Amino acid sequence: MTTNDNHGLRLIVRYLVLILIALMFCFPLVFMIISSFKPDQQLLLDSGNIRAFLPVGDLSFDNYSEAFARAPIALFIFNSVFVTAITVTLSLLLCSTAGFAFTFMEWRGRKLALSIILATLIVPFQAIAIPLLLLASKLPWIGMDGLTWGWLNSYHVQIIPFIADGLTIYLFAQYFKDLPGELIEAARVEGASWWQIYRKVVMPLSGPVLATAAILKFLAMYNQYLWPLMVVQEEGYRPVMVGLQYFFQLNIAWGEVMAYLSLITVPVLAFYLYLQKAFIASIASTGVKG
Amino acid sequence: MTNAKWVAGAFVAATAWGSVAAAQETLTMWYHGAGNEGEAKVLNQIITDFNGSQADWKVELQSFPQAAYNDSVVAGALAGNLPDILDVDGPVMPNWAWAGYMQPLTIDESKIANFLPGPKGMWDGKLYSIGLWDAAVSLVTRQSILDELKLRTPTLAEPWTLEEFNGAMEAAKASGKFEYALDLGTAWTGEWYPYAFSPLLQSFGGDLVDRSTYKTAEGALNGEAAMAFGNWWQSLFTNGYAQATQDGADRDSGFGAGKYAFSWNGNWAALGALKAFDDTVFLPAPNFGAGAKIGAASWQFGVSAKSAHPDGASKFIEFALQDKYLADFANTTGLIPATATAAAMTENYKEGGPLAVYYSMTEANALVRPVTPGYVVQAKVFEKALADIANGADVAATLDAATDEINADIEKNGGYGH
Repeated sequence: MTTNDNHGLRLIVRYLVLILIALMFCFPLVFMIISSFKPDQQLLLDSGNIRAFLPVGDLSFDNYSEAFARAPIALFIFNSVFVTAITVTLSLLLCSTAGFAFTFMEWRGRKLALSIILATLIVPFQAIAIPLLLLASKLPWIGMDGLTWGWLNSYHVQIIPFIADGLTIYLFAQYFKDLPGELIEAARVEGASWWQIYRKVVMPLSGPVLATAAILKFLAMYNQYLWPLMVVQEEGYRPVMVGLQYFFQLNIAWGEVMAYLSLITVPVLAFYLYLQKAFIASIASTGVKG
Repeated sequence: MTNAKWVAGAFVAATAWGSVAAAQETLTMWYHGAGNEGEAKVLNQIITDFNGSQADWKVELQSFPQAAYNDSVVAGALAGNLPDILDVDGPVMPNWAWAGYMQPLTIDESKIANFLPGPKGMWDGKLYSIGLWDAAVSLVTRQSILDELKLRTPTLAEPWTLEEFNGAMEAAKASGKFEYALDLGTAWTGEWYPYAFSPLLQSFGGDLVDRSTYKTAEGALNGEAAMAFGNWWQSLFTNGYAQATQDGADRDSGFGAGKYAFSWNGNWAALGALKAFDDTVFLPAPNFGAGAKIGAASWQFGVSAKSAHPDGASKFIEFALQDKYLADFANTTGLIPATATAAAMTENYKEGGPLAVYYSMTEANALVRPVTPGYVVQAKVFEKALADIANGADVAATLDAATDEINADIEKNGGYGH
């Protein structure tokens, strides 16, 4: 066998393995989307065989129309997208400035503060959920109704506690540490302020970490369940994951569940597609590629 | 009439309406039925009727999905944000009352004299909650299966004995026509386990806790009767009659697809079973020695402890107890109306109705789950013990461990006020 034959064979095997892995990841999505068009009985009958992944049988949009009748889906999606978008944006701004301060600026207690922030990574959210709830239920807020007490049943109660988090600050701090120190020094010599360095030197080089932090934050926020369950009693502020529970009645309508899941997956996929482009563009535009 | 008079008339009418509306004090209400269009429709009708029937109170509803409801109430209680009226699952009520989330109802008790016992939420000698319906479990099968396997049709007066029940399972297995003889619904985790299976333990003579004191599970959950139950429970799986772990799809459609000869299921699934086979029959629970038992108590209405308007809240609940609303709920949800007079007003539960047998079962065999705040823990301990035994764990060791865990919880909580 020649070297070329070996190379071809390896390539085929490699692609076969990759296709197999890709199919494994795609199957649940395909199952979800295909099932969303099938009536419950057919969905359950097909679930044990290959027909589960094929658009065969009695297909219709009935599950979608029934899902919309059962729950205010558009409202839930809007709430989740709104809360997630605001949180991600503010988080990127706040955590990147914090990471910048920890990496480039000299100040007393910097290491201790970073250590404390990193230590919060080992505390699960469930452990602080109740104290946080008690706090959120007592805090003041100035809004359209003037000064009110308690943040429950609002968007800001779902946003503010999650703007800053140890992981995102750590991601930025770690990434900034690997940026060429000469750039920062040169900017300082040129008389640039810290804010100018952050905005005009560091952030344009931070596309990859921004994309990574945005993806992680987006997923965490879009999949929020426990916190909104605790702090939101009004339907008008409920996010998609709490909304999913509308479909789990005594007799579960699986087709509607699949339709709902397909609908709420759309923003996630759109965000990924958008960020994939931004991610590649950010790498191409920075001076850090090899 | 001139334009000026029209305007003046409209102004007077609007002012009058406004003053009536302003006079109505708002009562907030939380309900577990979000996503259930039928229940929402009936409940909204009751609220509309109540709000229009008097000038003092106006109920505003906030619905939650059932799976998220209990956690929302507990979080609301912690944050001091409970509504005036809430609904509560019957067996959970003592815990919420003990924890200070609820206050006793002040309704005219003569209005619930004819109610089934299950929907009456009593704790510490007081009525805390009242349900408009109850639920029941039966052994679902087909008359043709009973005939083919040459099995006696059990009745409420003469239910199957342990030997007859085991014989039916063996006959179904030996026929080779079914994947499993019995669909127990092990796919449904959570409250289904204590609701559906603790009556079987009680029918053996055991229980989750000693009901004479509610201070220990010793002897109730690990005594001779409980051991007999545990061994029998395990035999259902070792003999291949039932699945220790079950696919949710099999639970939903297995009986209709002919996979099982028998299905231990609730009345909410009964109409589906009737649709699947025209000879579907609903058999009463077997008597394993201490009488035939089925679970009782479903969702009920109560008043939160923080309500500033318990009188208004109680008035609304009393208003909702009318037979016509009980019948509306039963017609919509398939659940059992809380009174015989309401049952007579429904298609399914009136005499000769396809589900009337469930009303009789509830009357004859219903036993509420242990009326104690500790039930919420006992239910989870029991569920885990049953799942472990079904998957082959040692029966005596498992029941002893479950007993110890329940006892430790009771002790930790100072006896839960018993």
